[in-house]
Amino acid sequence: MIVAAICLASIVIIAILAPWLAPHDPLDMSPADRLKPPSDTYWLGSDAYGRDLLSRVLYGARISLIVGIGSALISVVVGLPLGILAGFFRGLDAVIMRVMDGLMAIPSVLLAIAIVSLISANLWTVMAAITIPEIPRIVRLVRSVVLSAREEPYVEAAVSLGSSLPTVMWRHLMPNTLAPLIVMSTYICASAILTEAILSFLGAGLGTETPTWGNIMAEGRTYFLIKPSLIFWPGIVLSICILSINLLGDAARDRLDPRLQKRGAAQ
Amino acid sequence: MSDDVIHSGSASALVLDIRGLQVATQSSPAKPILKGIDFAIAPGETLCLVGESGSGKSVTSLAVMGLLPKGSLKATGGRIELEGDSLLEVSSTRLRDLRASRMAMIFQEPMTALNPLMRVGEQIEEVLIMHQKGLSSAQRRERVLEMLDQVQLPDIERVFDSWPHQLSGGQRQRIMIAMALILEPKLLIADEPTTALDVTTQKQILKLIKALQERHGTSVLFITHDMGVVADIADRVCVMRHGEVVETQPIEELLRRPRTDYTRQLLTAVPSLRPRAARAVTDREIVLEAIELEKRYGERSAWARWTGKATSQTLAASDIDFALTRGRTLGIVGESGSGKSTVARCVMRMIEPTGGGVRVMGKDIASLGRAALKPHRKRIQMIFQDPFRSLNPRLKIATSLVEGPVNYGTSREEALAKAAELLALVGLPKDALDRYPHQFSGGQRQRIAIARALAMEPDVLVADEAVSALDVSVQAQVLELLDDLQRRLGIAVLFITHDLRVAAQICDEVMVMQKGVVVEYGPAERVLGSPEHSYTRSLMLAAPGRHWDFSEFRPLDRVFEETSTATSTAIIYQ
Repeated sequence: MIVAAICLASIVIIAILAPWLAPHDPLDMSPADRLKPPSDTYWLGSDAYGRDLLSRVLYGARISLIVGIGSALISVVVGLPLGILAGFFRGLDAVIMRVMDGLMAIPSVLLAIAIVSLISANLWTVMAAITIPEIPRIVRLVRSVVLSAREEPYVEAAVSLGSSLPTVMWRHLMPNTLAPLIVMSTYICASAILTEAILSFLGAGLGTETPTWGNIMAEGRTYFLIKPSLIFWPGIVLSICILSINLLGDAARDRLDPRLQKRGAAQ
Repeated sequence: MSDDVIHSGSASALVLDIRGLQVATQSSPAKPILKGIDFAIAPGETLCLVGESGSGKSVTSLAVMGLLPKGSLKATGGRIELEGDSLLEVSSTRLRDLRASRMAMIFQEPMTALNPLMRVGEQIEEVLIMHQKGLSSAQRRERVLEMLDQVQLPDIERVFDSWPHQLSGGQRQRIMIAMALILEPKLLIADEPTTALDVTTQKQILKLIKALQERHGTSVLFITHDMGVVADIADRVCVMRHGEVVETQPIEELLRRPRTDYTRQLLTAVPSLRPRAARAVTDREIVLEAIELEKRYGERSAWARWTGKATSQTLAASDIDFALTRGRTLGIVGESGSGKSTVARCVMRMIEPTGGGVRVMGKDIASLGRAALKPHRKRIQMIFQDPFRSLNPRLKIATSLVEGPVNYGTSREEALAKAAELLALVGLPKDALDRYPHQFSGGQRQRIAIARALAMEPDVLVADEAVSALDVSVQAQVLELLDDLQRRLGIAVLFITHDLRVAAQICDEVMVMQKGVVVEYGPAERVLGSPEHSYTRSLMLAAPGRHWDFSEFRPLDRVFEETSTATSTAIIYQ
């Protein structure tokens, strides 16, 4: 877990400091230096247009993290209120959950591709395309927590104390959902990073002028036999990043879920 | 059941002998849970282990069975001998053999103690498969059926093939008993086996255990917190507190001449079954009134009406009429499923009544909308059964206490000052305001819940089993507090309980409910003193320890006995 935290922290730092860390401009082409092996100038070698691979991977971390964290945040911001409403009001429940069922029935990558190809691909549309299929997971989770929490006597007590419905939902119901939400959002973060890479790899993501781990790999695919490191390096970083986030999510779940904790002492 | 039981057998023939047993937590530093306890059980004897929560009585039973939770509790000293086998030293294989064949256990919660995915007959059969190899399946079936017959289950062939969910709580507990006794163990450990059951069912189960015990000569270690049950079934009693044995005495001795202050205190805290005299009527103003109140579940949906399909409906409560005047206490008593909680929740408008009216201070609130209801919510407040769930664990006590008043326009400062006063009123220190619910005991939390209700300055308090989850001494204190508050503030109380003893001590009027209808309603003295309806009678007859006046340390001189036989006995044994 500590290893995962260190890995993730260093990826975040790299992403933030990319302009200072990168030895070259990731977009700087130099036709003379195409497909160079690792050297003093190009530590990880260069790609088909003579751009520095290391710099591109470093910059790619920015997009990945923005997409990952952004998707997790947006899906929580949208999903949390929807989930609370669905859990609290029976009438809304039917409507909201049928819409969510509909969304869940569509394969998420397919939906993302459809959205991106419908509207032009920029950071926001890509993020939206990745986020929308994740929202039903949040809504379902929050709804199930609210459904059980609303039966708690302290919620009934709040109602009989004359608290308004928004107060009841915000003060008494919402806090119950936080722990599972934190865990869930780490998974969403990881899967969003992966989906973004898939989209870029398929050419449905951000344009090639923006370096992302996905499109570095997509471009490297053509030269895989000559220069496998073009796929290898971004792939490694991507795997480490997703593994670390998932490990942290597991650790958070173990910490927050009392059932997985060691049983306490006396009954 | 006051006849003296002759203790057969000498000290050498003890079934269970516990000497200096110590159990501690395996955390560091280790916390002692049992601090060296001693007791013994002779053949055929019933020893009751009594104590309040946290006294270590359940840990004792788990230690005997070798079922202490691994990794958190460990026996650190002393001996447990079961007919010469030292249970703390034998191998785990031997221990497994001893369980079921020489000692068996029945648990509190019959709803969860059976495997829901196995037919009950097969579950009992499993014991035979494990421990009596060489029986043919026909022989096993015969043994199980015979056992089912012994625990007086009806239609045993059908019961054998039933799933647990098809049986009632009482029937499941009988299955548990059958499973425990099929190998004729020498020792039966019963850990609060009747606590989750209704009184009439409890009475039958206690009778059954007694009958089987006499038939098989089993010794019983009976764990309970209920002094009434103790008085009914024990030969000897062992009182525990904080992991130590306070005193061990034959039952008559203990009830008449308790040696220690703690036992004395436990006994005096048991509310008497004899109803207290009604208080003088001081105020005729009706604060809460129910008029033909009705709650029906499974309302026909539009779809069902359209398709003409009949939907099953359940009448949870019907035709409920009562009136509660200022400063009085009305008790609603009944067993589970009688509809008493439904009435309370309808009155609180936690659920929507499907018919009739609820008047609070003369104003019908049964059909008011959310906004129109708000000013009336203030007038009627509720105290819940489980003090561990009725306070939001994430909020400081202060936040919980000021929430209501602030909702009705009081400023936060004013509400806080009031909260501090209220805490003093319910007997808690002022610094409690800045603490969280988990830092308080059950009784203290119930006081906080009462303070929260009082902060609204209500005219009516609805207490739904408000003391059922508390230990008897704490229960006495909370009841006293309610009584005191009622006298000082003139609040009317609607008290919902299954416990006739509590009802007898706190109520002016009592309403008895059965299956959603009121069967008897009147002054507590009359309803509980000389009940007219056969159901009320059967409840009174089933109340454990009803022959004994615990707080006076003597038997009751006038006990309610069954006089007219036929109708009511039919109800008891239905």
